[in-house]
Amino acid sequence: MSEMSIKDLKNQATDLRKKVIKMIYEAQSGHPGGSLSAADFVTACYFKEMNLDPKNPKWEDRDRFILSKGHVCPIQYAALATLGFFDEEVLATLRKEGSILQGHPDMKKCPGIDISTGSLGQGLACGVGMGIVAKQDNKDYRVFVVVGDGECQEGEIWEAAQTANKYKLDNLIVFVDNNNLQLDGTTDEVMPNINLGKKFEAFGFETFDIDGHNMEEIVATLDKIRASKNGKPKCIFANTVKGKGVSFMENQCGWHGVAPNKEQYEQAMKELDAQYI
Amino acid sequence: MSEIKKATREGFGEEIVKLGKKDNKIYVVDVDIGKSCKTGEFRKQLPDQYFNVGIAEQNAAGVAAGMATCGKVPFVVTYAVFGSLRMCEMIRQEICYPNLNVKIACSHGGVTPANDGASHQCIEDLGVLRTLPNMTVVMPADYVSAKKLVAASAEMYGPCYLRFTRDSIPVIYDEDAEFVIGKANKLKEGKDVAIIANGDTVCIALKAAEQLEAEGISVKLFDMHTIKPLDVDAVKECMEIGKIITVEDHNIINGLGGAVCEVAAEQGNTIVKRIGIQDQFGQSAPYERLLEMNGITVENIVNTAKTLM
Repeated sequence: MSEMSIKDLKNQATDLRKKVIKMIYEAQSGHPGGSLSAADFVTACYFKEMNLDPKNPKWEDRDRFILSKGHVCPIQYAALATLGFFDEEVLATLRKEGSILQGHPDMKKCPGIDISTGSLGQGLACGVGMGIVAKQDNKDYRVFVVVGDGECQEGEIWEAAQTANKYKLDNLIVFVDNNNLQLDGTTDEVMPNINLGKKFEAFGFETFDIDGHNMEEIVATLDKIRASKNGKPKCIFANTVKGKGVSFMENQCGWHGVAPNKEQYEQAMKELDAQYI
Repeated sequence: MSEIKKATREGFGEEIVKLGKKDNKIYVVDVDIGKSCKTGEFRKQLPDQYFNVGIAEQNAAGVAAGMATCGKVPFVVTYAVFGSLRMCEMIRQEICYPNLNVKIACSHGGVTPANDGASHQCIEDLGVLRTLPNMTVVMPADYVSAKKLVAASAEMYGPCYLRFTRDSIPVIYDEDAEFVIGKANKLKEGKDVAIIANGDTVCIALKAAEQLEAEGISVKLFDMHTIKPLDVDAVKECMEIGKIITVEDHNIINGLGGAVCEVAAEQGNTIVKRIGIQDQFGQSAPYERLLEMNGITVENIVNTAKTLM
């Protein structure tokens, strides 16, 4: 855990957003929309909340981070590189042949990835397995999992959620990146996620409904959760905007998995540069 | 071959308790069919290493993967049809792709859950799982080899699929028999025809070999308990005879016969006759009848061998 100020965290999030846009622009491939919606809470996890050792990525007492919506890995790669898990220059190799930065996270190739993901709906169950082992071995590490709102249409999420409740995993923190968009359209059009936050609550999670772009609220929520050892798994239901931070990407379904062209890239970087405080 | 009959799932159930007692990193992940898959003793004796995640196989695969990343050696225990097909993509993505040390231990292989009908019989699993990179695929031929191969699977690092029988089959090995994953056990040396069998068909092949020998036909017989990695040397030894019969309680497509053909076809001087499930679903019926319906019989093996002479 670090003592970064809210202001520093906000600027760090802007920094990561810029890295995401640059990576996807250079690769001409990747998923900017969801990377940007998840940027603020990913920043809070990596730069404030989690216990990690970039020099020893397999440290057995580290907190675990699972990006179940693996397609938004550019935001995780940007965080890992900034923390020194690997050289920042590697970011330019995203999705290129031989790169440690695969199109979806690969734990065998990339330091700091705790489980390979990419096929939606599967990361939460892995997090439950890690959480169970922490309890059995009397370890203090915690498991942070990011799922998408569209991803919650997968049944395995709910199989895993009921298991988290059974084993009283208060060491498991699930972020729902509730950006209301998925590949083919809005979640309401594709498959309405009726009362998604309430569903987690009904599955036994202690749920926190927050603005996923409000750094003060994210940090305050993580503070509360750290103190809450009540046997309940945690759900941070983060209301977010897909494409957040780049005006022409915001709330646009079309920016789910498309790379910006040169003009769009320059515009995006200009907008993000103006967001430092 | 002894007169004693035992289901190979019994061998699994006994061995996993021994392994769990010796090494507390061995976990069992059950999906509410533990009683049927013989994990009852493990559950009773090693409750801290036992997790029942409910009727949720996909989740079981993911939970086991997560445990494996933290240094545990989980055995996910279910029926073959669910362990290979319901969990298939989770095994691919979260176990085989990251090459995690998870074992999938499945009872009810082939047509052995006979009266349960086609929904519970599993004739596709070995083929499906052997196409996954990093996966080892094993089917013991009896109770003794089940125990030894379960122990061997825990010794090796990496994903391993183990397939057991629901029904009782003859015990063919002595307690001191040795088993190495990836190395077939030669049960008979012969020169006229080779038979390669696995799982519950090995005892049938053994009877057929004895009958053929009585009729003056010399048979080389292998128990190919590991179909991946296949013991290519054993297949090549059979190719020196040039006549191979494969026998399996699995679809003739993509199972043991398919695997042997892949090796034999590259050289091109061997004829392979595949005996197994005839690419059809089963039904509720006695186990022996289901084998008969597919020609998995002593008589068919004997006749097939004679046509090759």
